[in-house]
Parts: sequence; structure tokens; C-alpha cells
Amino acid sequence: MSTAETSYVEPLEVRHRRESIVRMALAAATALAALPALAIVGFIVIKGAPALSWGFLTEMPVSGMTAGGIQPAIVGTLWLVGVSLLFSVPVGVLAGMYLSEYAGEGRLARMVDLAIVNLAGVPSIVHALFGLGAFVLFLDFGTSILSGGLTLGVMTLPVIITSTKAALQSVPHNFRVACWNLGATRWQTIWHVVLPNALPGILTGVILQVSRSAGETAPVLFTGAAFYLPILPTSVWDQTMALSMHVFALVTQVPNVSEELKYGTALVLVGVVLLFNSFAIGLRLYLRRNRRW
Amino acid sequence: MVGDDLVRMENLTIRYGDRAVVRDVTLAVPRNGILGIVGPAGSGKSSLLTALNRTIDLHPSARVEGRVTLDGTDVRQMELSDLRRRVAMVLPLPVGLPMSIYENVAFAPRMVGVRRRSELDEIVERCLTQAALWDEVKDRLDMLGTRLSGGQQQRLTLARALSTDPDVLCLDEFSIAIDPVTTMRIEAVLMELKSQMAIVMVTNLLMQARRIADVTAFMLNGELVESGRTGDLFVFARDQRTNDYLAGKFG
Repeated sequence: MSTAETSYVEPLEVRHRRESIVRMALAAATALAALPALAIVGFIVIKGAPALSWGFLTEMPVSGMTAGGIQPAIVGTLWLVGVSLLFSVPVGVLAGMYLSEYAGEGRLARMVDLAIVNLAGVPSIVHALFGLGAFVLFLDFGTSILSGGLTLGVMTLPVIITSTKAALQSVPHNFRVACWNLGATRWQTIWHVVLPNALPGILTGVILQVSRSAGETAPVLFTGAAFYLPILPTSVWDQTMALSMHVFALVTQVPNVSEELKYGTALVLVGVVLLFNSFAIGLRLYLRRNRRW
Repeated sequence: MVGDDLVRMENLTIRYGDRAVVRDVTLAVPRNGILGIVGPAGSGKSSLLTALNRTIDLHPSARVEGRVTLDGTDVRQMELSDLRRRVAMVLPLPVGLPMSIYENVAFAPRMVGVRRRSELDEIVERCLTQAALWDEVKDRLDMLGTRLSGGQQQRLTLARALSTDPDVLCLDEFSIAIDPVTTMRIEAVLMELKSQMAIVMVTNLLMQARRIADVTAFMLNGELVESGRTGDLFVFARDQRTNDYLAGKFG
């Protein structure tokens, strides 16, 4: 009887050509994505570098912020990020741990999961309004580093939870089963085996959120950042200047600010964020070198 | 054999949802000796084994009826950590924990608070020696366990299982992923160990059961078809299905 005939085989060169077209398209898309990043950083460095000096980093702004340094904004950003971390890291990591290791796959766990993923997509200005209502007014913390930091913390929480959970889930399940078979309790298994191996992933997630906290303007706009406050904060109850807010103010609110000063401030902000990111990359490399399977 | 059984399974039925994978199995594990459980894939052997140390509880949909006793105590009445230390388990695929060889073996003792270095050293050396691995690794105990070869990792897994000084040692198809030489070495180890503990060995390899099991049980589709002294079972099984399986007519 007649079997199905292979009537046509695509010539080899057709397949090769398609392969190289796909490869080029992918490379082009990558280049297109990388280009703006390089352009932005390059542009800011070129225009802002002349403003940089030791004094710029360590002095108070003067003459209605049109001259002098930006020290309080740098210090304020560090305070805000610090407070937000003190809140979001413990809460986020513990919640991620619960969702990954204890909650199971029930309906409730899935709903919580969904809620958290959605929360991560809420625009930062909405977080800002929440912070204003919850921390500034309802809890009566006023416009302060505490309110601003907590608002940033709430904003970064969903991503920290999600990345912690993902990092824990990436540790092979076999390891847990092996520990349980040896009579280790759930917590002993997490503490001695799962957590040490998930740490690089957890830290990467956390530090990327640090960068985001440092860069976001909206969440601190109503909650903690001051327009012009040429003193250093002394406690979490103080208001403070912040780099992101300062760039916004210099560019849109204050007349007669030199280009150099605007770009210089932006450069410092990018520098702070890059510093955190390179710290994250370094830490990740270090911990990965000790990766154990 | 009667009266000297360490583990008894009585009318044990295991279901995942409404699918029964083990049906009404009654079987005893002698105090000193090797019980081999043979049968084709999917006959419920592994599920049976997980009921002994209650790792079956990790399956949310699993339901266990009937009972398992260890030394006369229902395992459901025992504290989980304690039960799992007394009923050790070696799984089919070797799992080196992501820590040093030394720490792999010291892990379980540490988890119950053994801290003195000399005591840990002693346990590590004893267990690695028992598992026929000591000579190969004694000079590199701080190397990662996960860097060992598959056969070595399976012996490391065995050493780790022995570190809790168990009463029962369960092995689930321990030779499935390792080379024949290591398999023979572990079989020799089991022959040594059986004077100190009860051993339950689930295996797909009939010849393995024939070589080292004192008692062999044949399972098919979740049922225990028959069990008996290995010599007797392999020479004349009472049940036709057993004969067919042993003769290689299916499997």
C-alpha cells in the first residue's frame, strides 16, 4: 500500500538563512534596549560631571538652592532608604518565607499571592496617597522620615516578598525532603539548608528595591520630603530633603538654576543607585561563588 | 519470625484522592534481617515505604487507613522528628546536601543538639565507614558533598541515614541511579548492617532481592500478593501471578 511520501524537504540553506535572520533580529532588539540606557547615563555624566566636587557633596545648598552643595538631600535619601529597609526587609522576607515554605497551595494562599502580585503593580503615586492617609494623618507621624520611609517600604514590600519566595523556591525540593527524612523540623530545614542557598537571590531582590526607593519621588512627595531644608535630619521624626525630590524641585520649581547643578544632582542620584546596584552584583557574585550545588 | 517483628503494617491502605495505591496490606518487618519488597512499577512499593516514617504526610491528598506500628507503638502517636530518626530513609536518587561531606553526616546529630566536636567526629567516621565511603573521602571531608560522584553520593546518603542510629533502615530503589560496582558494595554493607537493624529494601531488581533479602514480599497493583522466605518464594511461589512475575512474564 502507499505510504505517505516525503515530497519536499526544506533545503538546508533556507533553514540556515532563517536561523541567521532570527539571530539578527534578536541582537537588534537587544541593542535597541541597551542604547537608551547608555545614552541616558552618558548624557547625565557629560552634563553633570563639571558640577561634581567634594563641596558639592558635603555642603548645604545656598542662595535659594541655586548654589552650594546637596548634602542634606544625599543624607536624607540614605535616611529614607534606611527606614524603608528596616520595615520592608524583615516583613517581606518573613512573609515570603511563609508563602514559600508553610502556606502550601490552598485557595487562601493563592489569593494572598494574587493580591501581592497586584500590589506590585500599583503606581507609586497611589502608594504616596496611601502613605499620606495612613502614616502622616491617621497614625499621626506627620510629614517625616518615618512616614516617607514607611511609604517606600510598603511600596517595595510586594517585590521583596515575591523575590524572596522565588529565591526560596529555586532551592531544589530534594534538599528539603532529605532533611525531613533525617528528622529535621521544618524550621531547621529552612534555616540550615534552604535559606543559606536562597540568600543571593533574596539579597538581589532587596537591593534592587533599595535602588528603586532611592529613585522614586512620588511616595516621599507628600509624606516625608521637604522642598528646601538646609539642615541635616537628627531623628526619624524630622522632615528631610531627598535627592529624587531635589532633582524634581530644581528642574521644575526653582528659577535660575544652572544646567550644571541640575545634571550634577541627577548624576549623584544615578551614582547612588548604581552604587547600590554594584553592591548587589558584587554580593551576588560573592555568594554565588560559594554556591553549593 | 512471629513475635520478633519490629515493624508491623496492619490492613494498610493508602489513597491519593480516591485512587488507592496500597490496598489492605498486612506485612511485618523482622527485627534483624532484610525484607525485600519487589513488584513492577506502580505497584505501591514506594508509597508503602513512606508510610513507615510518615513522609507520606507531605502529600496533601494522601490518606492512610489501617496502622503501622514500630516496636508496638502506632507511628501516628510518635513525634515526627523522633520517628524519622528511628526509621531512616534512602531515596532512589542520591541527594548530597549542599554542605561539606562532614556536615552532611553531622547534620542530623547537630539538629538534636550534639555539639562536641569529638562526638561528631566519631559519628562521622563511624557512619562513613559503615557506608563503605570512609577510605575514599577521609582526606577531603570538607569538600562539598554535591561534588562527589553519583555512587559516592548514594553512599553519603546512606551514611547520613545511619547518623541517627536508626532501628529501621528503608531503601527505595537505592541502586537505580548508580553503577553496578557501588550497588554490590552497598549490598555488602546491608548484609553487615542487618545484625544491628531491620532493613526494608524496595527494589525493581529481582536478583537483588534474591541475593540479599531474607524475606521477600511481592506487590502488584497495590496488593500484597504473597510474602515468604526468599529461598522459598523464588523456588515455589504459591500464587500464579508471583510465578509469572518471577519468571519474567511481565514486569
